[in-house]
Amino acid sequence: MSAPSIPVIQQTAGRGAARAAASRRKSKGAGSDRRPGWVTYAILTLVILISAYPLYFAFLLATSDSGTIAQNPVPSLIPRGEFFTNVERVLSADIHFWKALWNSVIVSTVTAVSVVFFSTLAGYSFAKLRFKGRGPLLVFVVATTAVPTQLGIVPLFIVMSELGWTGKLIAVIVPGMVTAFGVFWMTQYLEGALPYELIEAARVDGASMIRTFWHVALPAARPAAAMLGLFSFVGSWTNFFWPFIVLGPSNPTLPVAVQLLQATYFKDMSLIMAGVTLSVIPLVIVFIFAGRQLVAGIMQGAVKG
Amino acid sequence: MVTSTTPKLDRRPSRSQDREPRRLGFGQRLGRWDVKLSPYLYISPFFILFAIVGMFPLLYTAWVSMHQWHLIGGQGEFVGMENFLHVLQQPPFWKALRNTFSIFLLSSVPQVLLAITIAAVLDANLRAKTFWRMGVLLPFVVAPVAVSLIFGKLFADQSGLINAVLGGIGIEPIRWHADVLASHVAISSMVNFRWIGYNTLIFLAAMQAVPRELYEAAILDGAGRLRQFFSVTVPMLRPTIIFVVVTSTIGGLQIFDEPRLFDQFGLGGGDRQWMTVTMYLYEIGWGSQKSFGRAAAVAWILFIIILVIGLINFSITRRIASDSAPKSRKKQKR
Repeated sequence: MSAPSIPVIQQTAGRGAARAAASRRKSKGAGSDRRPGWVTYAILTLVILISAYPLYFAFLLATSDSGTIAQNPVPSLIPRGEFFTNVERVLSADIHFWKALWNSVIVSTVTAVSVVFFSTLAGYSFAKLRFKGRGPLLVFVVATTAVPTQLGIVPLFIVMSELGWTGKLIAVIVPGMVTAFGVFWMTQYLEGALPYELIEAARVDGASMIRTFWHVALPAARPAAAMLGLFSFVGSWTNFFWPFIVLGPSNPTLPVAVQLLQATYFKDMSLIMAGVTLSVIPLVIVFIFAGRQLVAGIMQGAVKG
Repeated sequence: MVTSTTPKLDRRPSRSQDREPRRLGFGQRLGRWDVKLSPYLYISPFFILFAIVGMFPLLYTAWVSMHQWHLIGGQGEFVGMENFLHVLQQPPFWKALRNTFSIFLLSSVPQVLLAITIAAVLDANLRAKTFWRMGVLLPFVVAPVAVSLIFGKLFADQSGLINAVLGGIGIEPIRWHADVLASHVAISSMVNFRWIGYNTLIFLAAMQAVPRELYEAAILDGAGRLRQFFSVTVPMLRPTIIFVVVTSTIGGLQIFDEPRLFDQFGLGGGDRQWMTVTMYLYEIGWGSQKSFGRAAAVAWILFIIILVIGLINFSITRRIASDSAPKSRKKQKR
């Protein structure tokens, strides 16, 4: 739980910056900077209710017993008392829930850390180092974002079986270890955020290239890296298709386990929804703590891209 | 778009070291190699990994698709285009293709339209901005598997909430799982639920980068809010619109998770009414046939379709966005 402490510092910094930007915009006197009327808030409230209701709905069903669910399709908005019973049933069901949770934590963490490290490394190189072929190589990186890699799953599966990796987490981790999006993202960010003077100063002081990267580029990349890490974390946490194919039911990630729940206990809706709720909770907690960062990151990225 | 943002830089951080005329010691020679090779070393993880898990599989797919290839038995005889012909002759393939397109259109069109609308609403000078933005993004962190299970229940034919509500206002229950179009609408709604917020924020970010002066000019010209939106915002958002349309195309045509989990059998319905191409690919490769050759053929066909649609998309989006804004473009040129 030490991770959230970093975003907290940046959150306040970000808030300050946002306020400054807002006041700057105001001082320009643009007409659209008036506070909007209640209609705007009503629309947004509706949007957010629609966004949140399905999750709450799942929770409501998770607190009922199956009999009640079958009788009335419209659950009352107040949760019933069966939640923990249902949770216990999920945990004792034959889907390796704890293992799946642990697997998801491992896969997502390793993927996120690795994506951040390798993307920052490549991004630093593209943004701040001079080398032959830099332009075309960067264009190539961007072009690969349009390649639907999911369609290569047949040979990828063949490769994984040849390596003997099927059923092992490494088969899920390795393909996601660095992404074109990440490289492009860090390139864009470091171009603006890292002054050449800092790099030069480090070089003059006799730092090797990798030392310069470690002590100058990596710290400068931190805000963008936090966002990229969060993004990769969410991405690999919610991923289903590839883990489903390559891992199999005995060593699942969370989405694969939840799917197993539906395949095995499809009549027991309260059990399934308890499983769904359990699988949703970890990421929603992460989102509540770090969502500000995620939102700020998206805002920043699209402006530059 | 990419390279233009790169600053023209003639300085090299370490040029002075490179030029040193006197004989180099071991340490200095090492330093020179360090400077020369490091950039390539740093970008190599991406290229190596992409070669192994991106490029190679895609090309190898073509090779596999021209062989008999069994999930367990492995490579068999070379059969040329036979797998492709076989796949193209299967009615389920065409059905899957139809379903994929239907679900794709039902999800991506409303997705882009709603996202851009909500973004326009969010673009106002709101109180508690971050709260609204986070709220809109919330569905994005919910795994598609969870979304599918929840929506599968919401859209249940007999005891579903949606049908209960519809019944309440006097509409006959809709057979969400039995009817073709209804099942597509239900599945699309899952996709939309998960991605609208995400795309909204992408649009919002782009909107905030639009120079406010353009709006002031529009207001002076007497443009109302709607006119401002269509004549200033939309044209200025062109690159973002293209980006969102292209990414949602790539994702939408590969859709698997949501339709797979729409019922507990995962086969796309009794009459395969919501089976998508990727589900079909999975079924051929890992289902009863276990034919990797044919699955690879399906993948390759889908890849070509995605490429073609991507290009069509790109040119259409480009034209729409530029047609609607002759005025502001002229302004920019002047």
